[in-house]
Amino acid sequence: MKALCWYGTHDVRVEKVPDPKILNPRDAVIKITSTAICGSDLHLYDGYIPTMQKGDILGHENMGEVVEVGKEVKNLRPGDRVVVPFTIACGHCFFCQRNESSLCDNSNPNAWMAEKLYGFSPAGLFGYSHMLGGYAGGQAEYLRVPFADVGPIKIPNGISDEKVLFLSDIFPTGYMAADQCGITEGDTVAVWGCGPVGLFAMKSAYLLGAGRVIAIDRFPERLQMAREHTGAQTINYEEEDLADALMEMTGGRGPDACIDAVGMEAHTTGVINAYDRAKQAMMLQTDRPQALREAILHCRKGGTVSVPGVYGGFADKLPLGALMNKALTIKTGQTFMKKYMQPLLERIQKNEIDPSFVITHRIRLEDAPHGYDIFKNKRDDCIKVVLKP
Amino acid sequence: MAIEQMNKSAESKRNPRAPGDMRPRRSSMPDSQESERTQAQRPMRTSDNPLARGLGWFSIGLGLIEVLAPRGLARTIGLHDHHALIRVFGLREIASGIGILSQPRPVGWMWGRLGGDAMDMAVLALALTSTRSQRGKVAVAMAAVAGAAVLDGLCGRQLSEQTGMIDETGAVLVHKCMTIARSPEELYRLWRDFDNLPRWMSHLESVRVTGENRSHWVVKAPAGTTVEWDAEITEDRPTECIAWRSVGSRDVDHSGSVRFVRAPANRGAEIHVELAYRPLGGMVGAAVAKLFGRAPDQQIQEDLRRFKRMMEAGEAPTTQGQPSGTAAHTPR
Repeated sequence: MKALCWYGTHDVRVEKVPDPKILNPRDAVIKITSTAICGSDLHLYDGYIPTMQKGDILGHENMGEVVEVGKEVKNLRPGDRVVVPFTIACGHCFFCQRNESSLCDNSNPNAWMAEKLYGFSPAGLFGYSHMLGGYAGGQAEYLRVPFADVGPIKIPNGISDEKVLFLSDIFPTGYMAADQCGITEGDTVAVWGCGPVGLFAMKSAYLLGAGRVIAIDRFPERLQMAREHTGAQTINYEEEDLADALMEMTGGRGPDACIDAVGMEAHTTGVINAYDRAKQAMMLQTDRPQALREAILHCRKGGTVSVPGVYGGFADKLPLGALMNKALTIKTGQTFMKKYMQPLLERIQKNEIDPSFVITHRIRLEDAPHGYDIFKNKRDDCIKVVLKP
Repeated sequence: MAIEQMNKSAESKRNPRAPGDMRPRRSSMPDSQESERTQAQRPMRTSDNPLARGLGWFSIGLGLIEVLAPRGLARTIGLHDHHALIRVFGLREIASGIGILSQPRPVGWMWGRLGGDAMDMAVLALALTSTRSQRGKVAVAMAAVAGAAVLDGLCGRQLSEQTGMIDETGAVLVHKCMTIARSPEELYRLWRDFDNLPRWMSHLESVRVTGENRSHWVVKAPAGTTVEWDAEITEDRPTECIAWRSVGSRDVDHSGSVRFVRAPANRGAEIHVELAYRPLGGMVGAAVAKLFGRAPDQQIQEDLRRFKRMMEAGEAPTTQGQPSGTAAHTPR
């Protein structure tokens, strides 16, 4: 089969590789009908995530048709149409039982690696480095899905791939980010990052009762999409002063909750930018947490900072004084997929939201390297790339 | 025999825990057992060990001389050149010294000094072969390094004992634990049937029950070989613990126990595996094995992890046999 393989920084190639097979009794193999490139894939593309190996297949936003099931998978049959969550979870450990499936104890075969860096290992992920399991991803023609009896959800016919594909990652991720804010009716929520996760966080904040959502970014096409499709009010931080704008828009109180949908490769200007990049170059910090710093500084006292943005290692100069003295709550984590996939499918079926609005490019799997390039460099007004094998 | 020695010494004053001593060393249960750990049993710190302190300051002093006066030092010990190398070794010595003096229990740093001694010896030995060195002085320097190495090894051993990594006889101690969502009764039943053990202990080839309390173990060793020994059960408390020790073999000398404790708040059971073993090749062998990922404590940890996954998820996760791009591509 053809698959998108990682070979180094800014080097991904579509190659012929063997088809996946059933390796464990709870596995299934699906034929991919649609897959997508995620913002977090860009951290792999830019070489920031350790423990990648040449030839690793990427792709964690996957859906398709079941073609084969292992003997312990009783709830799926060949022909079933499914969306596969990006986290892999066993369904039976302490964390899976608490509906915290991204913390699964049992799905990372390389748990010892993650333990060295994090103390305990989170769940394995598709296509996201060997420290998180080394599982082959789904930017390919076929995908092997471990623990297929608990992960994938079935999609009825009559609803297009594009409407449900993002249940695999970014829609539940944005929704959980908003859910974790503890929004009460009428609250103001500020969202850093108008990429797809940020956009879903904004829509979800409104669904959950926010009175006002403020979207922060610097790319006009993304701010435009935020305004048009989510109803958020926007701030272009390169054109106006962020602190002043937020104060004005919240009557001097600050937003009730702040969402960092940017993560470890934050962009900023001036001295902070030079500082963060210099520290990264000298290997003194692995992440650039500027969006998180701002979220902490601008959040109102007693508010919540919700962090769906991906971070990998260590960062510097975090305003812990502000965090502590303002009694902020920080909520974060890779998405608890099992908790959100089915309820969000129901919202889609009730037409409360059509997630396909984020898609700007639909290309063939063979052209995926070009897709990574325009997504990374924000060319051609690219916001979300969907791949068709 | 070594085993009796090991058992007797294990009952000694400093660490009165014989194999089969079922009292938890440290329990997650907040009960009075914690207070039984007396002052004498708590791991000691560098500040209590004058030899470690002395070696730490010696490292810094020697390092400063090597960095600030490499030419003078070279002349004194009979070397013709290598000034830059001496400076680099000086930095290493200073780092060693700082590591030893700043850490409360610098076991690794002390063994690191021994590594440094080996490097020094290598350079001096090479200098002996050169006609431009003053061989007499070099020989004296080598004797001094050998003396330092003896002290380093002695101190390393002391610190390892003091931190509970080894006991008086030099047997290495290992304790690994894991919480599994099953009852202690169920876990005990699975472990007590030794036929089951190779299912999750990957280095175990087979276990054969040979008598009421006796069994014969075959373990995979490096380079396709196997190691075999007989073991006898020294304690068997159903649903609580199983303890054993090896008998008869000179090559394999170990005792151990597996305990099952109900975990708090309905989380299942904690399984605690403790081993006391004498590694082939002594402490250095054990350190080397750890470096290459074949040390028993790492092995036990991965075996317990596999056991937990088989119990909870019904299978161990794997990626062996999955597709990937061929890495044999020329770079663009």
